[in-house]
Amino acid sequence: MSFTSLGPIAADGVRLPLCSFKVPAGFPSPAADHIEKEISLDELLGIRAPHVYLVRIDGDSMQGVGIYSGDLAVVDRAIEPGHGHVVVALLNNDPICKRLCLRGKSVVLQSENPKYPDRYVLEGDELTVWGVITYTVRSHGH
Amino acid sequence: MATKSAPVFALVDCNSFYASCERVFRPDLAKVPIVVLSNNDGCVIARSYDAKPHVKMGEPYFQIKDRLEQLGIVAFSSNYALYGDMSERVMSLIESMLPAVEVYSIDESFADLSGIVDATAMGRQLRSRILQCTGIPVGVGIAHTKTLAKLANHTAKRLQAHTGGVVNLCGDHERDWVLRNTAVSEVWGVGRRMTAHLEGMGIKTAMDLAKADPWSLRKKFSVVIEKTARELSGTACLELDEPDPPKQEICCSRMFGKRLTELAPIKEAVATYMMRASEKLRAQKSYCKKVRVSIRTGMFNPDEAKYAKGVVVTLPYPTDDVRLLTRAAVDAVAHVFQPGFRYSKAEVMLLDLRQPGEFSDDLFAVNQPAEASRVMAVLDAINGRWGRGTLRAASVPGKPDWGMRREMMSQSYTTRVDQLWRVSSH
Repeated sequence: MSFTSLGPIAADGVRLPLCSFKVPAGFPSPAADHIEKEISLDELLGIRAPHVYLVRIDGDSMQGVGIYSGDLAVVDRAIEPGHGHVVVALLNNDPICKRLCLRGKSVVLQSENPKYPDRYVLEGDELTVWGVITYTVRSHGH
Repeated sequence: MATKSAPVFALVDCNSFYASCERVFRPDLAKVPIVVLSNNDGCVIARSYDAKPHVKMGEPYFQIKDRLEQLGIVAFSSNYALYGDMSERVMSLIESMLPAVEVYSIDESFADLSGIVDATAMGRQLRSRILQCTGIPVGVGIAHTKTLAKLANHTAKRLQAHTGGVVNLCGDHERDWVLRNTAVSEVWGVGRRMTAHLEGMGIKTAMDLAKADPWSLRKKFSVVIEKTARELSGTACLELDEPDPPKQEICCSRMFGKRLTELAPIKEAVATYMMRASEKLRAQKSYCKKVRVSIRTGMFNPDEAKYAKGVVVTLPYPTDDVRLLTRAAVDAVAHVFQPGFRYSKAEVMLLDLRQPGEFSDDLFAVNQPAEASRVMAVLDAINGRWGRGTLRAASVPGKPDWGMRREMMSQSYTTRVDQLWRVSSH
């Protein structure tokens, strides 16, 4: 069987050199020995890992922690979800972004916006945590 | 057979891979049967477990469309961008847990478990980690040979409820039970014709084949079936990572999304297919000396005039230069094109492939100029980084109107930033 993989979003992300110089001919840069590495947002956010996914947030219930509608979220599926994590959960198969809270014996999907009440997960509900949100990215227009 | 030094192989195989990929981002379809269609939405190429009783592989979509709707089965066009990305994730996870892995196909890989104390536990770990990190369920078969690992995997799937998706046949008792309870037709590498031959000789189960005399199998049939028999009896003949030899010919052929009657769009299609074929050529580091280009009309509609013709062009020197290859192919298709027909398909085939150093560098033979090879390297680097087709011949359109029909395609959830999965926070 032959197949074609388009691969990840880009082979490797945009790399920003930590420092860059124009070296005048004949004069070796005194900093050349001190260039250590490049900064990579891909690496920082971990989005090349096989267990990390990017999703788009739709809605304003998490504004209180700075997650706005249209933001990109980095979701890690390898993290064991726990109390206090901001998660992508499947509540009765609907994907939603909320804070996971364990209050005594109950599981609560908590919003970070007073407009939205907490959602208690009830007996008949089916809850699966799809992944844990580790970062979000927002465009500021320019 | 099971000595301490015997190797241990695992076969990790994704369950209903294409359908499982679609379900990762469509949790609402977790319990809805799914089929995936071939290019151009032609026929069924993959089915979820719960669709299997209702739909056969290869059934033409137009024939079963109504039945699917009645049964509530959801059909998808094949989304290879998604499947390729999910495959890479699964394979990377396996590679992160085990030292030696051979990716065998888009949804299967062999791994070396030799020396691991509890191979079954490792199988379960693989399964749960892949499921957690990708949402793709896998089966794991473990045994002393690749052929037995494949059989173990088959058993893991067949008896999912009993096995939890992991079957270890390293023990003689378990191995013999499975061999006795598996038809010879289910053995890896035994095709329908071979099954008929073997059954004629009284070899009906995998156990019969394991006990057959390998030498007479070799004399009667081939070394391939001899190896299969030896592997079933526990002697490893196949190693991990035996790389495929470079292909002897490379083909790119596709149906058009609609019938074409003019030469111009057919030339575009041929240039597009050549772009892909030459990428494959360079990926295996071969050169080609001949190109065959062919076009044809639909062959099944009784009301349409039928026509099919191909032509072989010999190139001035063995080459992997897409510019030279495209020129040759586009010229060639103009020769076979006849007006008045409704064309449905074109095919580009690269023939007479050679590895560098295989063709004689004789003094008077013309070789591909070094500068052409450098241009191709730059082309592949740009397209590797920015996506296929970023840099292409001018004769290849960006969005052709003759392109494949893929009307039920899901988003490229993981490979296109404008098509990411949307998660509600309402």
